[in-house]
Amino acid sequence: MNRPLRWRPYGSAGILIELESTPVIHALHRLALIHPLIGESIPGAATLYVSAAMPELSMANLVDLLEALIDESSPVNAVGTEPVTHVVEVVYDGADLGDVAAITGLDVDEVVRRHTAPTYIVAFLGFSRGFPYLAGLDPSIMVPRLASPRTSVPAGSVAMGAGFTGIYPASSPGGWRLLGRTVARFFDEHTDPPSTLQPGDRVTFRGV
Amino acid sequence: MSSVLIVRRVAPLLTVQDLGRSGRGHQGVGRSGAFDHASMALGNRLVGNPISAAVLEALLGSFALVAAQPCVVACTGASVDLSVDGVPLSMNSAQQVRCGQIVEAGVPGDGLRTYVAVRGGVGGPIVLGSRSYDTLGHFGTQPLAVGDQIISAHSEVIAPPWFEQVPVAPIERPAVLDAELGPRHEWMSGEAQIALVNTFWIVDSSIDRIGIRLTGPTLERRAESVGLELASEAMIPGAVQLPAGGQPIILGPDCGTTGGYPVVAVLTRGALNRAGQLRPGDRVRFRLR
Repeated sequence: MNRPLRWRPYGSAGILIELESTPVIHALHRLALIHPLIGESIPGAATLYVSAAMPELSMANLVDLLEALIDESSPVNAVGTEPVTHVVEVVYDGADLGDVAAITGLDVDEVVRRHTAPTYIVAFLGFSRGFPYLAGLDPSIMVPRLASPRTSVPAGSVAMGAGFTGIYPASSPGGWRLLGRTVARFFDEHTDPPSTLQPGDRVTFRGV
Repeated sequence: MSSVLIVRRVAPLLTVQDLGRSGRGHQGVGRSGAFDHASMALGNRLVGNPISAAVLEALLGSFALVAAQPCVVACTGASVDLSVDGVPLSMNSAQQVRCGQIVEAGVPGDGLRTYVAVRGGVGGPIVLGSRSYDTLGHFGTQPLAVGDQIISAHSEVIAPPWFEQVPVAPIERPAVLDAELGPRHEWMSGEAQIALVNTFWIVDSSIDRIGIRLTGPTLERRAESVGLELASEAMIPGAVQLPAGGQPIILGPDCGTTGGYPVVAVLTRGALNRAGQLRPGDRVRFRLR
């Protein structure tokens, strides 16, 4: 992990830290999450947001605290548990599959093959109801988001956009390209943590 | 569990709110909670509740609640004509209500959200640490409908009710929202940074607990950031996002926990409270701290 941390203020109680890779973001996130003086720790694609649990803690204090955490915990990548692998069964009949094939110049079967080939990493959970952002998409099938988002995407839709693939946890508006659907559900607000998928977990898709 | 109030007439959106869910952003669970914390806190203080007690948040007033048992209530936030069985009642003071009496509220002349605090707190299931209804995630206590029973949390009260009316300053118009520069303010051009604070922004008609769209001059991006897409990162209530169209959006308590638009400013908590009382067409200005 590069020292000193590169950070910028985010609101009166938080900072946004720019980090070099997903594993490094996860490592610092795990350290921050269990610290009593840290209120919130939210990983993004290239950043980690960290806020103080109490207003008395200045941003400089927060940075010192995080840098001390990093120093005390080396090697940082050893922190945490073995990642869990989830196999997700997908019916590849998404509304945008044909367009993705047309844009990439591949046939539909090849798009599906390239989507099912990688082992993805849960980079972060976001938006709402733990939307999983899965990293590891084959660059040859990355296509731009829809020019105009759909007003409603059904829950369980498997889609891709912004360089990630993901699974819509609930029916919501969305601009990602729909590849297929799964009956699996990964968020239940009556369990804690509510998301079955956790940052760092592995995900593979299997066509059915 | 006995009901304390029964919903007889309902506002466009009547929800249960408390301080919300903190510390769960990494699970894709937003903060939610009352939009206007200050009004919720005053209501709880008037009825003697701790600050963590849940209250009702009524969009555009216009509710009627029947007391199912004797109770003490207080209405705060957007000022409405209030009555108990037709007898006028003042805002911002605790009131004793007898069993069977009806508390009725009109539509606020200004402001958007009126809060109803009940001595003992509003009860109901706690989902992920809060009773708040999250309008984006659709969890927590579901929005209240006619006939719904509001139960008491029977939480410990910490003070006697305050029956005197507390003076509350009228809502400031045009609203001035204190803010700090956001983590991506440098995505704006120099002219846009000036225009952000020198403009009386107009509140758009598309406003809810997720976000408040503003209309005004187009805030251009700095040349180096035109066409760039920001990698998704954390979003927090009070963040002022700048989509490519150049019209800012103030994120509300139910905003998504991550997003891809640059955050150019962040409201203070007090400013976020005031933003919760903005109505379509209101004028608003940012004041950088």
